[in-house]
Amino acid sequence: MSAVIDHHHADHAHGPAKGMMRWVLTTNHKDIGTMYLWFSFAMFLLGGSMAMVIRAELFQPGLQLVQPEFFNQMTTTHGLIMVFGAVMPAFVGLANWMIPLMVGAPDMALPRMNNFSFWLLPMAFGLLVSTLFMEGGGPNFGWTFYAPLSTTYAPPSVTFFIFAIHLAGISSIMGAINIIATILNLRAPGMTLMKMPLFVWTWLITAFLLIAVMPVLAGVVTMMLMDIHFGTSFFNAAGGGDPVMFQHIFWFFGHPEVYIMILPAFGAVSQIIPTFSRKPLFGYTSMVYATAAIAFLSFIVWAHHMFTVGIPITGELFFMYATMLIAVPTGVKVFNWVSTMFRGALTFETPMLFAIAFVILFTIGGFSGLMLAIAPADFQYHDTYFVVAHFHYVLVPGAIFGIFASAYYWLPKWTGHMYDETLGKTHFWMSFIGMNLAFFPMHFVGLAGMPRRIPDYNIMFANFNMVSSIGAFMFGATQLLFLFIVIKCIKGGPKAAANPWEGAEGLEWTVPSPAPYHTFTTPPEVK
Amino acid sequence: MSEQLSNARLVKRLLFTVVAMFAFGFAMVPLYDVMCDALGINGKTSGTAYQQETEYIDENRTVRVQFLATNAEGMSWSFGPQADELSLHPGETREVLFHASNPTDHPMVAQAIPSVAPSKAAAYFHKTECFCFTQQVLQPGESVMMPVRFIVDPALPKDVKHLTLAYTLFDVSDRMPEKLAMSAPQAN
Repeated sequence: MSAVIDHHHADHAHGPAKGMMRWVLTTNHKDIGTMYLWFSFAMFLLGGSMAMVIRAELFQPGLQLVQPEFFNQMTTTHGLIMVFGAVMPAFVGLANWMIPLMVGAPDMALPRMNNFSFWLLPMAFGLLVSTLFMEGGGPNFGWTFYAPLSTTYAPPSVTFFIFAIHLAGISSIMGAINIIATILNLRAPGMTLMKMPLFVWTWLITAFLLIAVMPVLAGVVTMMLMDIHFGTSFFNAAGGGDPVMFQHIFWFFGHPEVYIMILPAFGAVSQIIPTFSRKPLFGYTSMVYATAAIAFLSFIVWAHHMFTVGIPITGELFFMYATMLIAVPTGVKVFNWVSTMFRGALTFETPMLFAIAFVILFTIGGFSGLMLAIAPADFQYHDTYFVVAHFHYVLVPGAIFGIFASAYYWLPKWTGHMYDETLGKTHFWMSFIGMNLAFFPMHFVGLAGMPRRIPDYNIMFANFNMVSSIGAFMFGATQLLFLFIVIKCIKGGPKAAANPWEGAEGLEWTVPSPAPYHTFTTPPEVK
Repeated sequence: MSEQLSNARLVKRLLFTVVAMFAFGFAMVPLYDVMCDALGINGKTSGTAYQQETEYIDENRTVRVQFLATNAEGMSWSFGPQADELSLHPGETREVLFHASNPTDHPMVAQAIPSVAPSKAAAYFHKTECFCFTQQVLQPGESVMMPVRFIVDPALPKDVKHLTLAYTLFDVSDRMPEKLAMSAPQAN
């Protein structure tokens, strides 16, 4: 053990390398975490500008700005970039930065692989975005890429799409392996599993989900590749295959995937709410078990995405009840967050505002999810804007508000400066109002029957869509303010103490702000 | 040192899980067929001829069987059943003819894929002979009458009074070059 530490000192005691190569060759968890976060923010703006194209086209009925073919490419790449390029890498970035600090480890367990898993991402998304400029256009079959739309009827660029998914998948798998190895092997002495901060717990469970389902995604795109180029018939009925099977395999990946995007946010919010309530988290143990229960249930509910494809009645009932069961552990979590705040000494700094909005709005998204879980009702809601409203309510104020809350919470630790609180609160309120204006009316147009993924609509939906578009533009523009706040915070601002928050607990607050390039080279003692 | 070793061991185990889950993705393909077969779901009928002849005919029950024929996209044959529907007693063997003709100027190979609705009736719909068991090769302008002989099992659930046999006809000429080659001398 001592040999390892000596070696470490001799090599890296001088801080970061100079110049560009620092970022290309770095194996430092903080550098890699920073790169993940910037990359995901760039993807967030790119995917967001695609959403702006979608909302601009839907501002009025009729076709104004873009052709339907291009509209389809926008809805597809918006979804793919937000899921695989923005939300997932943002959480991996947070994990890279915070997990070693939270468990008292000097770095991630596998630093070289960490570098590789980051640098695969720009390749993957370079490939994906380049398809938009190819003959026949980019992927236009929806982010769920159902066969045969994505095989027989796909544009020629689909092969590049498949390889982009492969690369992003390999990156996620390596990231997950790294996180599991760090959490299981590098905890400081005395840090037992049940003493780990909840962000670490939720990420541990998320990493296992990633390892279980990303290979299935790789498998399904490989089958597509074989159907397209090697004459197999996995999804081709003429050759004995079955397009419905695509949906089964895809959603076997896809449903755990939605929890991959939300569990780390659960963890972050479980750090933030106790801090600004100045109380320990209510029901720590039940939080851990609830997270594990959600992860387990996520494997046995996939067919609730496919109620209308014609599955037998017993299947519909099973998947309906199993889906509703997820409301139980999720309810435990919401109860615990509310109980943590109950009779706490609350203050409402920006991270807390985002965290409280998370609890309320994610719950609304959960309730519309329960409505969708009711199989007979789903026949009405399927493929309408109600579904769009539902998953944007769980992803925007869920995953993305969770990321914003984390960013504001840990920015003082990352930069050594406090962010501008007034601007932060402005960012919150503009995002909150914009997001609700954009997505709440979608519930109504969805219930009234407006189908998703269509560039035109009945004029009776015109007013609601105009409100949605105005809200979306407001939400989109506000994110540039976030960029400004972050840059301002990096450049300067009031000095942040090692623990800038009165009520914050945890090892990450024992190191100075900004966190030095190397931390915990000798493991801290945890009581 | 012990930590390094356990890292390597842990990573090996996790990589094994990754490979196993990748394999599981592919295992879902046969698993899916087995499940559909075992549970009689998905409207899939058997791909081979039904051998056993049932002696018993349930004279007290009448079931309507409706026939549908659809061309998959890009298929230019004219294709349809001779009768739109039949009424029959469960247990009796009946035959219906489908006509197909190739109006194009080149030989083509077609594959018909059957499906039964409601899907729970699929397991009780037995075909003793069907053109869907093989591919059809038609020369330019050629027509053919194709028989389906079938029995509806007397064990068919009581609430099913009406069932639909639907065929979708696919152009598989690109997949079956050898079939086309075999028929080539006639074509020239």
